[in-house]
Amino acid sequence: MNIIITLLLICGLIFFTGGTLGILRFPDFYSRLHPAGKLDTFGLVTTVGALALYIAFSPGSILTALKISLIIVFVFITSPTATHAIVDAGVRAGLKPWTKPPAGKS
Amino acid sequence: MEHVFLYAGLYLCLLMFLSLYRAIAGPTILDRLIGVNAIGSKTTTLLILIGLMYHRVEMFVDIALAYAMLNFITVLAASRYFQKRKGLYDESTD
Repeated sequence: MNIIITLLLICGLIFFTGGTLGILRFPDFYSRLHPAGKLDTFGLVTTVGALALYIAFSPGSILTALKISLIIVFVFITSPTATHAIVDAGVRAGLKPWTKPPAGKS
Repeated sequence: MEHVFLYAGLYLCLLMFLSLYRAIAGPTILDRLIGVNAIGSKTTTLLILIGLMYHRVEMFVDIALAYAMLNFITVLAASRYFQKRKGLYDESTD
């Protein structure tokens, strides 16, 4: 059981690494929201799910594991909503999306 | 198993410092908001890891739930506040 929990934790940390690298490296605000919205949500679901499994298999704390799965459900609903609110603010403020600069002018 | 949790927490702290760069140096206000949102979602995981290390996880779970809710409300309120403004421009071009 510990091997499964460790593998899930490492998988979630890889997703978090990809999200952070995407936030640092992508060229503009709309494309930065793509790793920030998806990879952070899935990394959090995976790591918190691994910790919920660990707590559910330790004796006498099934209620705590239920509360942690409540966190997973809550984040799975609210994180895309927050991402959509940020995109909506950008579109209504009139920010232009990034396009590829013409060749020879870098 | 305690060592796995400890090193996962340390790695999450490193990733939070990398996200803090985007929150400080982002060209627009919404880039800073993305950085703050990423840090908040990593903090939710880190709080449960801290609770497992201190053997007080039934207390830290409530703090993590409140922190996730606070992160959501912060991002929603800030983006609603900034969407009526015309001052959202790229600070790096001019």
